[in-house]
Amino acid sequence: MNPVWRKRALLGLPLLAAGGAGLGFLAMLRGLSTGNYNPHGVPSALLGKAPPEFTLPALAGSPQPAFGSAELRGLGRPVLVNFFASWCVPCIIEHPQLMALQRAGVPVFGVAYKDKAADALAFLARRGNPFQALAADEPGRVAIDWGVYGVPESYLLDRQGIIRWRWAGPITEDTMSAELQPLLRRYSA
Amino acid sequence: MIPEIGQFALGLALVLALALAGFGLLGAQRAEARLMALAPPLALGMLLAVLASFLCLVASFVENDTTVSTVVANSHSLKPLLYKISGTWGNHEGSMLLWVLILALCAGAVAGFGRNLPSALQARVLAVLGLVALGFLAFILATSNPFRRVWPPAPDGLGLNPVLQDPGLAFHPPLLYLGYVGFAVTFAFAVAALLEGRVDAAWGRWVRPWALAAWSFLTLGIGLGSWWAYYELGWGGYWFWDPVENASLLPWLAGCALLHSAIVVEKREALKTWTVFLALLAFALSLLGTFLVRSGVLNSVHAFASDPGRGVFILALLMFYVGGGFALFAWRAQAMTPMGVFAAVSREGALVLNNLLLCSVAAVVLVGTLYPLFADLVLGQKISVGAPFFNTATLPLAAPLIGAMALGPLLAWKRARVFPALQKLWWVALGALLAFLLCLLLAGARIGPALGFAAATWLIWGATADIAERIALFSRPRTAWARAKGLPRAAWGGALGHAGLGVTILGLAGMGLAEDKLALLKPGESAVLGGYEYRLESIADAQGANFSARRAVVQVLRNGQPVVRMEPEKRSFPLARMTTSEAAIHSTPLRDLYVVLGDEREGAVVLRIHNNPLAPWIWLGAGIMALGGGLSLSDRRTRVAAPAPKAQGVRA
Repeated sequence: MNPVWRKRALLGLPLLAAGGAGLGFLAMLRGLSTGNYNPHGVPSALLGKAPPEFTLPALAGSPQPAFGSAELRGLGRPVLVNFFASWCVPCIIEHPQLMALQRAGVPVFGVAYKDKAADALAFLARRGNPFQALAADEPGRVAIDWGVYGVPESYLLDRQGIIRWRWAGPITEDTMSAELQPLLRRYSA
Repeated sequence: MIPEIGQFALGLALVLALALAGFGLLGAQRAEARLMALAPPLALGMLLAVLASFLCLVASFVENDTTVSTVVANSHSLKPLLYKISGTWGNHEGSMLLWVLILALCAGAVAGFGRNLPSALQARVLAVLGLVALGFLAFILATSNPFRRVWPPAPDGLGLNPVLQDPGLAFHPPLLYLGYVGFAVTFAFAVAALLEGRVDAAWGRWVRPWALAAWSFLTLGIGLGSWWAYYELGWGGYWFWDPVENASLLPWLAGCALLHSAIVVEKREALKTWTVFLALLAFALSLLGTFLVRSGVLNSVHAFASDPGRGVFILALLMFYVGGGFALFAWRAQAMTPMGVFAAVSREGALVLNNLLLCSVAAVVLVGTLYPLFADLVLGQKISVGAPFFNTATLPLAAPLIGAMALGPLLAWKRARVFPALQKLWWVALGALLAFLLCLLLAGARIGPALGFAAATWLIWGATADIAERIALFSRPRTAWARAKGLPRAAWGGALGHAGLGVTILGLAGMGLAEDKLALLKPGESAVLGGYEYRLESIADAQGANFSARRAVVQVLRNGQPVVRMEPEKRSFPLARMTTSEAAIHSTPLRDLYVVLGDEREGAVVLRIHNNPLAPWIWLGAGIMALGGGLSLSDRRTRVAAPAPKAQGVRA
């Protein structure tokens, strides 16, 4: 190869990088319109499956009962399982929506994730307790089995106890009206 | 009627841009003076047409014309006038029009002030700017027409996102766009140079002011955005390494490298290929930001409501300009030969080091921003890259950069020796060490903030040492004042820019010592943080123009003496069905007292109280950096692009 072409090959590297990035972006845009690529939703390997087997202790000092995979089976109505922590700021943003679900009669099961019982109780005492059942996962092992990615994170189980929806991040008012409520209507019927 | 005029003007601008691109390139290629002479008037015509179109859109917003769909979606009759005007660019369509308006302004400036440019270079630069404008005008007309009518007219508009109803944000996008679009001009100069196959000192002298101006505006825009996030979002943070923030930081880093390497081209005719590459890269990264924000491929709090159809159009534009620029670069840049040679230890060498480090930081930020997208696409994995990665990966690169920033200006061109330069800096190094030890031992700070204070001292004193050295303050103090007056403004500007970064780092280090606390208070109760007592006096309803609010009155006391009354609010906007929290901030030179109103519960309210030492210095530093850029820009040599006069008694 003569030196001019060797130089051109070297100087062409930015073009190559830009071209590669461009093809990648094109694939992302294609995926956005076909639904194969979605930067907002975090899919779960558990969608369409029953949750992994687990038992968890109750949150020490809390009147709510603990729950495990057995309690989630065959409730006969959809249930929202919510992983939260008192140290998590987005959980504060999410909290009014959980309270609204409780007022609407939707069972919400809470898992206090990597949280001290006293802190979690103080959090719920200050802001209200939306949970019908409340378990403590202080080591965070069960959360790993579920594939929890961070708190807050919520899973919607249908009447048969099959995971239908996963939401990583706070459930905002928009999430409620755009996603959760239509799903609740669909799976309650 | 007004929207139709606007639409017509937009179409006219498209035709003028097409003519500008065609005649300019053709004229310069065939060296036909008559065709080349058409470029400046066409550029000015394009500016007038885009300006007319933009003013029509502003008029539609001001009179709240509810037959225009953009107005319906983004405005409301009850909105204050300032936000009606800023609402013009607070949405996708209007902001694209503003983007093109600024591009047309830049082209107009090149046409108006560029009379002493070689005519072929001017024609090519204008033609490339015309080509860029052409693509974006076509994009606006095809996919995001701001003047589209709706019939029947809506009863009233839907309101602007309340988070955006803020004076800081009214000016944040125009400043950012001035920065992004300024890099379109350096891009045009780079493409013109590649077409001509010539890069010389005169080219460097023309590129540098544009790089400097774009960089200064971008600095202000990023600073303003960060300040807005600090006081409006109410999280007490100032930088979140959010992909959209990163998208504005990337061209800033590339532009910062560009304006330094352009100095080497101007003074020494070296680093030509590299400078041309940076000029292409800065604009490529600006366009990448535009694409990421508007196409919906990423998940961010800042992203515009997005549409994959628009995304494909922007991607096509991006690939055309960036791909075209880089292809031309691959083909033609091999012919550029450096004139000046220099040793590794020299001013040029220091600037090369600066460039390498800045580009490494940019590469880290780019990878961190794009990796989650590509990991999702290729591996199907959801990964989020957050602050811990960016902090740990950029700090080791920032440290030598900061170290070299004080040293570089003291080195001579061509060949220098490190030791004499270090000797001039011994008192600066001593100061930095002292600052480090004082923070660590006396104030009990952690090692990170203490290092930050040392870096800030090093930069600010280093800039002072640079000026002191140039005016020979210590060796010949009697005549120092005369030399200070004779010192070129570019020298003051450079020192000020470096000191400005020091001031920002001072603020960042201070924020490293910030503390916050949640307190549940009833009226009359108080909480204590950082030696200040916060007493909740009352909580009551308040009413604004288009929102209702809950407002707490908090009396701040220090040693029993009243300091200030603070009134944090939570506003609810009924139209947008949103609430925003308005943090109350009391800024003093030493600290920000920052109070956010939280939820209410049985007569008590949650207050989040932050004590943020030195926080205002972060944005003050950004202002100083931009001021340094402006001062440098006002230097006679950059302004008239005249050859530098021979230095007399002053080492320039």
